[in-house]
Amino acid sequence: MSDRVMKSYRFREEREADWKQLEQIIQRAESRGVGGLSDQDMERLPGLYRQAVSSLSVARTISLDQNVVAYLETLCARAYFFVYGTRSRMSERVAQFFARDWAAAVSAAKGPTLLAFLCLFGGALLAFFLTLNDNEWYWTFHGGWDSRNPNATYDELRATLYETDRDIIDMLGAFAAQLFSHNSGIAIFAFALGFAFGVPTAVLLIYNGVYLGSFFAVFWQKGLAYELTGWLFIHGVTELFAVILAGAAGFMIGGAVAFPGRKTRMQSMREAGEKAAMVIIGAVIMLFLAALLEGFGRQLITSDIVRYTIAGTSLVLWLAYFYLPRQDTGNRRD
Amino acid sequence: MTDAAVSPPNAVQEGKRRRARMRARKVEEKRVRTLVTPEGAALNLKISTFGERFGAFILDVALQFIIMFAIVFAIASIAGAFDFRGWQIAWAVAQVLIFFVRNFYFIYFEIGRKAATPGKRALGLRVADRKGGRLTANAVIARNFLRELEFFLPLSILFSFGAEGVSGWINWLLLIWCGLFVLFPLFNKDKLRIGDLVAGTMVIHAPKVQLLDDIASVAPIADSGGKIVFSSAQLDIYGIHELHVLEDVLRQSTPEIKRNVANRIATKIGYTPQSGETDVVFLEAFYAGLRRHLEQRMLFGERKEDKYDQR
Repeated sequence: MSDRVMKSYRFREEREADWKQLEQIIQRAESRGVGGLSDQDMERLPGLYRQAVSSLSVARTISLDQNVVAYLETLCARAYFFVYGTRSRMSERVAQFFARDWAAAVSAAKGPTLLAFLCLFGGALLAFFLTLNDNEWYWTFHGGWDSRNPNATYDELRATLYETDRDIIDMLGAFAAQLFSHNSGIAIFAFALGFAFGVPTAVLLIYNGVYLGSFFAVFWQKGLAYELTGWLFIHGVTELFAVILAGAAGFMIGGAVAFPGRKTRMQSMREAGEKAAMVIIGAVIMLFLAALLEGFGRQLITSDIVRYTIAGTSLVLWLAYFYLPRQDTGNRRD
Repeated sequence: MTDAAVSPPNAVQEGKRRRARMRARKVEEKRVRTLVTPEGAALNLKISTFGERFGAFILDVALQFIIMFAIVFAIASIAGAFDFRGWQIAWAVAQVLIFFVRNFYFIYFEIGRKAATPGKRALGLRVADRKGGRLTANAVIARNFLRELEFFLPLSILFSFGAEGVSGWINWLLLIWCGLFVLFPLFNKDKLRIGDLVAGTMVIHAPKVQLLDDIASVAPIADSGGKIVFSSAQLDIYGIHELHVLEDVLRQSTPEIKRNVANRIATKIGYTPQSGETDVVFLEAFYAGLRRHLEQRMLFGERKEDKYDQR
């Protein structure tokens, strides 16, 4: 092979050093983030990236070296994801979520939220009046294992609302158990089932309302409604609000699938999914707070007045946080 | 020299093999999604297969279990110093930690810079936006909460009902539900889960590839002694597919295989090995010669796909 001038060989020889350099920069960026790059790296990156991308198109047409083409394919893909990928840091994202995105997403979804609210409390009202009229209805909605049923006496029922003989360890246990209770499951379910046109979400919300309403009716009949409301809403404001928002997230997706408008169904669902995700992660945070309130707050605080105060305050705080208009400071990041 | 002249008995079989190879290549090509970057260059991204994704999922679940056991074990060894109350605290704390691991393991890793959980990384997968845009945190959250619905919730209900011995048909329904969602990626061309569908994401196969030495660069050094020259008739026998197979053979096979391949090529092209010449030297020289020949033809617009491609 006297003249060893192979085009693809020379092509590679000339550019290899730059490819390797790009690879090193990307490697560093992937393991340590943008902070791990020096100013010099940042300066060179766009040029190196563009060069690698054009190398790839050339290599595809002139080189039969599988390894070079495969190498350039993955190098360019990695560089592309970095150059055009997520730029903000985790901490910035989280800060922005609490400062603006969460409230914006929730307040933009007033319609679905209202619908979810109606489902939950409509179900509750229905079951409440049904059970008031005929106690048999209670047994339709509840299993026999709960001691808080129509056959319980006033004192038995009252005792369940003011358990004081618990220490901090029991509270921690109650808190942990609450995390795994069906509420977080229901919230995620209500969201995830949304894509089936929102129908399962509605059923889930109504069912939960029914459960709550019939339970309430039992205490109402015994004249314990005032006490129960305090017991329930000290954490229930936050918890039920979270369940409603989760349902709203489900309806957002369901609505997007059912009525995509001018967009394709996929596109519409995907855009709604982005917004709904923000609502649902917020709902999970709210459920976490509710679990804290239920685990600790409810056992520590046995005064009805204080319970009502906490419930009212939390409702006002949530409503103000979500729906009060706020200044837009501009610079958005994804 | 026609192929039939060399091995007539195998012609039918070879034809079958070629067709199978073409089919396999078609399948591979179907996995490729072309993404046009803002620079106007096309990137070929490969959709990951169902098997790869399932494997990554199993790895991730296993890793989650290991983390959970580690947490429980660590806390238990601390709490063991105390009395029964210590155990109760330990269990509650462990439960809270496990809650976080379970819900945020996938989200944490996929929001990260590598856009992949450890399991996905091990198999060279990563999550990407379906349109080639930015992968947002919201998309990651949406796709992972839907996993909860697709897999974990039905499974946990299955186990909790199983314990109470509730009627069997509910369990069967749940199993079918689970199966439908788990197998959903098999029934669409992008291998999307429901979560991917909602979040607008896809999972691609993009393993890191090392840049190896160019085989053709070795040949000029080796030919300092007696150089091997192939006639263009000899180089016309093989095509691109054979060149790539030869590249694989040279990069990753045993001396015996290299010897076999060298013998077969030598017989086929009618080449008599010179004395003192090793198989590797011959193969590398032939590789360089063949690649140069084929690349030259490619510049003139003739891609000779394989040895059957006679144009």
